[in-house]
Amino acid sequence: MAGSEVVLLDFWASPFGMRARIALAEKGVEYEYREENLADKTEFLLRMNPVHKKIPVLVHKGRPVCESLIIVEYVDEAWKKPPLLPADPYDRATARFWANFVDAKVYDCGSRLWKLKGEALEATKKEFIDILKLLEGALGDKHFFGGDHFGFVDVSFIPFASWFLVYESHGNFKVEEVCPKLGAWVKRCRERESVSKSLPDPHKVLEFVNVVLKKKYGIE
Amino acid sequence: MAKEVKLLGFWASAYVVRVQIALNFKGIEYEYVEEDLKKKSELLLQSNPVYRQVPVLVHGGKPIPESMVILEYIEEAWPEKPLLPQDPYQRAMAPTFKNKIYRSRSSPFQCLPSGVKYFTTKGEDQLKAKEELVENLRILEGALQGNKFFAGETAGMVDIVAGWLPFWIRRMEGLFGDKVVEEDNLPHLNAWFQDYLSLPFVREKLPPPDKVCAHLRGLLASLEPN
Repeated sequence: MAGSEVVLLDFWASPFGMRARIALAEKGVEYEYREENLADKTEFLLRMNPVHKKIPVLVHKGRPVCESLIIVEYVDEAWKKPPLLPADPYDRATARFWANFVDAKVYDCGSRLWKLKGEALEATKKEFIDILKLLEGALGDKHFFGGDHFGFVDVSFIPFASWFLVYESHGNFKVEEVCPKLGAWVKRCRERESVSKSLPDPHKVLEFVNVVLKKKYGIE
Repeated sequence: MAKEVKLLGFWASAYVVRVQIALNFKGIEYEYVEEDLKKKSELLLQSNPVYRQVPVLVHGGKPIPESMVILEYIEEAWPEKPLLPQDPYQRAMAPTFKNKIYRSRSSPFQCLPSGVKYFTTKGEDQLKAKEELVENLRILEGALQGNKFFAGETAGMVDIVAGWLPFWIRRMEGLFGDKVVEEDNLPHLNAWFQDYLSLPFVREKLPPPDKVCAHLRGLLASLEPN
C-alpha cells in the first residue's frame, strides 16, 4: 500500500501527542507513528500544519487534523467505539470544561517548575498543587474522570503523569502525597494498555528535560 | 415544559455577546442577568467557582461556564438549526479556525492579543501592533477561501466565534480614526465584516456602538499613567 490511511506526526515526550496515541489505541485504530525532530521539522509536518507548525498532527486519508483535543474529539467521532465523550450534552460540556482547564493550566505551570528557582519556584509549586487539587475535586471518588469509564478528561490529563517526576523532583513534592486520589487514578489508568503503551518512561522524560530542554532555554 | 435558560453576562463582553448570538440564532428563550463584575453575584461565584467569570449559561439549574464550551453545549442541547457541519472532518476543521482566532497559548497567530496591543499602545508601537494584527487577519482572509462566511454560504459556528472581530475592530477604528480592515488590504474579510454584522440574529444582540465607544474611551483613560 502506498501510504497508511492514518498517520500520526508526534514527538515521544509530548503530552499532547500522547493524548492522540491513547485515543487511537482506545479505539483499536491501526496507524503509522512518525517521530518528528522538533529542531528539524519535516516538510510534511510544515505542510500539514502550516499555521502552528506543531505536533501532534493526525493525518487521516491525507487530511490533517491539528491540536490534540481536536484530534481526540475527531477520533471519537470517526471511530465510534468505545465512546470517549459521554452522550448527555451537559456531561459533554463538563468533560470539555475540564479538558480545557488541563490545557490552560497544567503544562504552562508545570513548565515553570523546572524553569524557576527560589521564591518564584515556591510560588509556582503552590499554584501547581492548587491546580492538582481542583482536578482532584473534579475526579472525586469516581474511578475515572469519566465515571466508570475511561473518557475524554482521562485521555486529556493522564499524559502529564509521565511528566510528574519532572514536576516532583523540581518542586520537591509527591503527587500521590498531596493528592492521593489523583495518585490512585494514575495507577488505575496505567493498567490500561492504551496508556501504558503511549506514555514514555518518566525517567527518560526527566533526562530529556535536564539534558535537552534546560540547555535549549539556557537554564542551569 | 422546557427547562429554564439563564445567561449570566456583562454587556460589553465579546464572550457573552457571542453566546447571546448563538441563543438568538437557535431561537432559544432565556433570561439575561447582568453581572456587576466588581461585585459578582453568589449565583455567578457558585456557578463558576474555578474562573468566576462570565458568561455562564444555566440550563435547568445546571451551570455551564466558558464561552466555547457553552457554544458547543448549545449546539448539542438544541440540535435543530445546526451551527456545525455533520461530517466529522468538517467538524474538526471548525474548531481549528476557532483556535486560530483566539487561542493565544504560544500561537504565532494571535488576533486577540494583537488586537489588545493595538488598543493599548500609541504612536510607533501602535503602528507596529496594527501591522501585526493585519498579518494575523490575513490568515483569516485566506481561511474564508472566497466564501461569504467561514461556514460557507450561510453563517455557522466559526463565524459566531470570530464575530467579535468585526464588531470590536470597527469600534476601535472609529475611536482612533483609523482603518485596519478595508477593501484595499483584506477584501474578503472586509466583506465578511459587513455581511456578518448585518445578519439579523447578530445585529439584534450587538451592544449599542455609542455605549461601546464610551466604554472603550473609559478603558483607555484608565490606562493612562497618572
